[in-house]
Amino acid sequence: MDWVTVALYASIVFMGWLNIYAVTYDQSASISIFSLQLNSGRQLLFIAGSIIIIMGILIMDMRFYETFAYVIYGFIMFLLLLVPIIGKEVGGNKAWLGIGSFGVQPSEFAKFATALAVAKYMGSVGFKMDQLRNQVILFVMIGVPMLLILLQKDTGTALVFTVFTVVYFREGMSPMLIIMGVIAAIIFILTLLVNQNYLFIGIGVILVSAIMLGRKKLKRIGVLTGAALLVCGVIVSVDYVVTDVLKPHQQNRVKALINPDADPLGFGWNVTQSKIAIGSGGFTGKGFLKGTQTKFDFVPEQSTDFIFCTIGEEHGWLGSLFIMSLFIGLMLRVIFLAERQKNRFARVYGYAVACIFFFHFAINIGMTIGLFPVIGIPLPFFSYGGSGLWGFTILLFILLKLDIHRSQVLQRM
Amino acid sequence: MNEGRREIIQIVFVLVAVVFLIKLFFIQVIDNRYKKLSDSNAILPEVDYPVRGLIKDRNGKLIVYNTPEFDLKIIHKEVKNFDSTRFCEVFSKTPQELRLLFKELKARREYSSVKPTIFLTKLSTLDFAKIQDNIDEFPGFYIQARSTRAYTAKAGANAIGYVSEISKTKLDRDKTGIYKQGDYVGQSGIEAYYEEFLRGQRGVRFKLRNVDGVEKGSFKNGAIDTLSIPGQDITTTLDFNLQEYGEYLLNGKAGSIIAIEPSSGEILAMVSGPSYDPNLLTGKNYSSNFVLISNDTLKPLFNRPLMAQYRPGSIFKIAQAMVALQEKVITPETRFRCDRSIINCHGPHTNEDLRGAITHSCNPYFHAALRRMLNKGASNNPFDDTRIGLEEWNKHIRSFGLGKPLGIDLPNEKGGLVPSPAYYDRAYGGRPWKFSNIYSIAIGEGENLVVPLQMANFAATIANKGYYIIPHLVKGIGEAGKPLPKYTEKHFTTIDSTYFRVAADAMQAVVESGTGSYRGKLQDIIVCGKTGSVQNEPRPDHSVFIAYAPKENPKIAVSVYVEFSGQGARAAASIATLMIEKYLYGATKRPQIEEYVLRGKFLN
Repeated sequence: MDWVTVALYASIVFMGWLNIYAVTYDQSASISIFSLQLNSGRQLLFIAGSIIIIMGILIMDMRFYETFAYVIYGFIMFLLLLVPIIGKEVGGNKAWLGIGSFGVQPSEFAKFATALAVAKYMGSVGFKMDQLRNQVILFVMIGVPMLLILLQKDTGTALVFTVFTVVYFREGMSPMLIIMGVIAAIIFILTLLVNQNYLFIGIGVILVSAIMLGRKKLKRIGVLTGAALLVCGVIVSVDYVVTDVLKPHQQNRVKALINPDADPLGFGWNVTQSKIAIGSGGFTGKGFLKGTQTKFDFVPEQSTDFIFCTIGEEHGWLGSLFIMSLFIGLMLRVIFLAERQKNRFARVYGYAVACIFFFHFAINIGMTIGLFPVIGIPLPFFSYGGSGLWGFTILLFILLKLDIHRSQVLQRM
Repeated sequence: MNEGRREIIQIVFVLVAVVFLIKLFFIQVIDNRYKKLSDSNAILPEVDYPVRGLIKDRNGKLIVYNTPEFDLKIIHKEVKNFDSTRFCEVFSKTPQELRLLFKELKARREYSSVKPTIFLTKLSTLDFAKIQDNIDEFPGFYIQARSTRAYTAKAGANAIGYVSEISKTKLDRDKTGIYKQGDYVGQSGIEAYYEEFLRGQRGVRFKLRNVDGVEKGSFKNGAIDTLSIPGQDITTTLDFNLQEYGEYLLNGKAGSIIAIEPSSGEILAMVSGPSYDPNLLTGKNYSSNFVLISNDTLKPLFNRPLMAQYRPGSIFKIAQAMVALQEKVITPETRFRCDRSIINCHGPHTNEDLRGAITHSCNPYFHAALRRMLNKGASNNPFDDTRIGLEEWNKHIRSFGLGKPLGIDLPNEKGGLVPSPAYYDRAYGGRPWKFSNIYSIAIGEGENLVVPLQMANFAATIANKGYYIIPHLVKGIGEAGKPLPKYTEKHFTTIDSTYFRVAADAMQAVVESGTGSYRGKLQDIIVCGKTGSVQNEPRPDHSVFIAYAPKENPKIAVSVYVEFSGQGARAAASIATLMIEKYLYGATKRPQIEEYVLRGKFLN
């Protein structure tokens, strides 16, 4: 058992629990941190549930996960399919499957299931990264849960699956896909920021200078011109995407990112209030339970998606540094664990764990400080919520279970 | 082929965290904006209003005090099972009015369904008793007490002033940041001038509030809260018996009465007619009453004693006499023939000395005296000669506190006018002028302007034999009980005190044997006075009288202006001496004169 990872996990969960209490703390009401009236009390139950889950994972035979990877994947996909049909709606998103008063979000468990399935596929005999057929299957494996989750209108969670491309990159896929994705995102943002005509002029200038500077072969000129026209096409289509494909609230989130002051009480509210809360913390913060912005509901979703605001407000820059160090420590440790696995299945799985954590971490904190659009995904182990905590716990502890038995497996590298 | 890819991923992870920390450093440590925004978000300063200081008269009689007034507030969200019929019954409203109230409530900019908002204002104590018994029937409605001004007497409205909600313009001009919209502030009179003492010091309680504005306890457990400090009480110089008597006498007339204690400059009474009942400008009906009063054609809000500028008329001859004596162009024995060819006169006299001239208010005498004063032969050029003389004359006259606001402790005081060479240069547009152009100032007509307060102060100056203390209305602020320092300084005139004895003798003669003898003379007290009839062709003259008494050790100096009521010897002299009697004896011994004043038929 890798106790460094366990210690990091335990610290983050504990800090998260304290901050969930800080959010709901009411000095006039004096309710115990353990009270089930408060999110902190309920989160403690979820934490207790996590310990049971961890024990279950550790007791299970290590071969179970690889053997049943596709079964688990298929089962969770089936549940995802059920959600739009028999699911119940909570807070605008139909993402919950309810059994009595108890509800779970299958989308939170789809992450580890997909990670297992992808790892099994990539670890199977005869898998070659450079074969188109294999690549297509890999993208279908992440495309299915994305599509099903999009049907629940949970764009944030659906986007998480794009991070599997980083895992594929680690295993030999060309980085072109990621690079092109990043370029597309930059062009997308630029299109919103800068007048289209200036962009066209800019592209024209780059095209002409590229042709002039290089060798003037017809093929090269043709390729460059084609690329430039393609980019221009993307620019034109962005306008269409923003106004016609994105829903109004999604458009506003993008606009808020670019200029939150345009409508601080409207679509810019979340980002503005979140930055006020974090910014008012200063270097050392206002002190535990002394925050005003998060406590008095100025920041929305303050115990789930915007939990980081409480850290920023009550513990300042130093507190933020500490929490971010815990997360980066955990992610680097997971990569370290992944790299020391003896088989491809376990390594791929380990990278999937690290990348999923990273995606949540980057998007969640990035949105609270106004660097990313508001995409509602939780901060792993930190945000309030049972499904999220359990999903991430399963994700991490399957890796730890595999790590314990790493020397028992045959090398199939 | 996958060499280095692990490192690339690790570097990206760390790089993102570093970018976040840099961004956090900017918004948390470098940029202070967010701290302020956070405070204005969550910390609500709540003002603890102090009690406004009381106002008393010189004998300790309470004049202005505070009385509770009640507002009905609503927290709309908490309203349950609202019975509108019952509400209308308890609050004496019609269903239409009630509907209108709700409509207005929601239209207000600061409206919030979770915050207490004013629903009805200024419920009287009477309404309150009824409402208090039934308020439990209306969840979501709360009564909030506030204090407003109340008055024990109907007199002295323009001197005391009134208090009302601060106006938008005043709020914009306020640099101190003390006032907020909806605050009450002294708008005129003593209430305005002594605002900083009366208002006290506000306390502030810092409350925490959530995003809906609902209170969430105190900030830092009240460590930086402050308590309110009540306003200081103010003791005025007014004798309210005398003030009320003056208003009784001036009832139905336009004009003013000012009575001053010469030795201290304390104003014993300051009556502006017509006036208004101060109780009208407080409480429930303030707005409608204010509109009525301010639109009244008789201008009850116009404080005549300080704001109405008149030509001084014949009372100015006293000043002329003293300037001439001081400049030694005449002596008390100097006689001038009553030559009525240039300037007209009245009464059967022909060749008076100074005392006779004052007693009979001889116009040609003062014309001649001023000619000597202005044309002393300092220059061969008659234009330059007049200029030099007028410069000296102006300096003497101004030393009586004329030609500029005296500095009374009330707002909006006017200064009148004492013409100077520069003034005539402007008036004549650069054309030359000499004595023959300006001689009507000799008898207090022409360009001279004074306010009644200055004339009362002039009487006090003669009573003091050459000095005055700036007339003021407040003799004690708070516990220390002292007036403002500037109301204890003596201001000396440029005239030797011996010449004031000449003036005093002449003024005694005015009352005993001259123009003021019929209605100005008192049995046991020697009154010194001077009549004036300010011309208003074609309308009747303003009746003017100044006086002080007793002649030795004077206790009271008075000036009375009654507009458009004829000679000074009639209305003004009667009122002035009735005021002296009232102050010195407590009542008049001449009921027929009082009757004459109250009947108010002065013109036949």
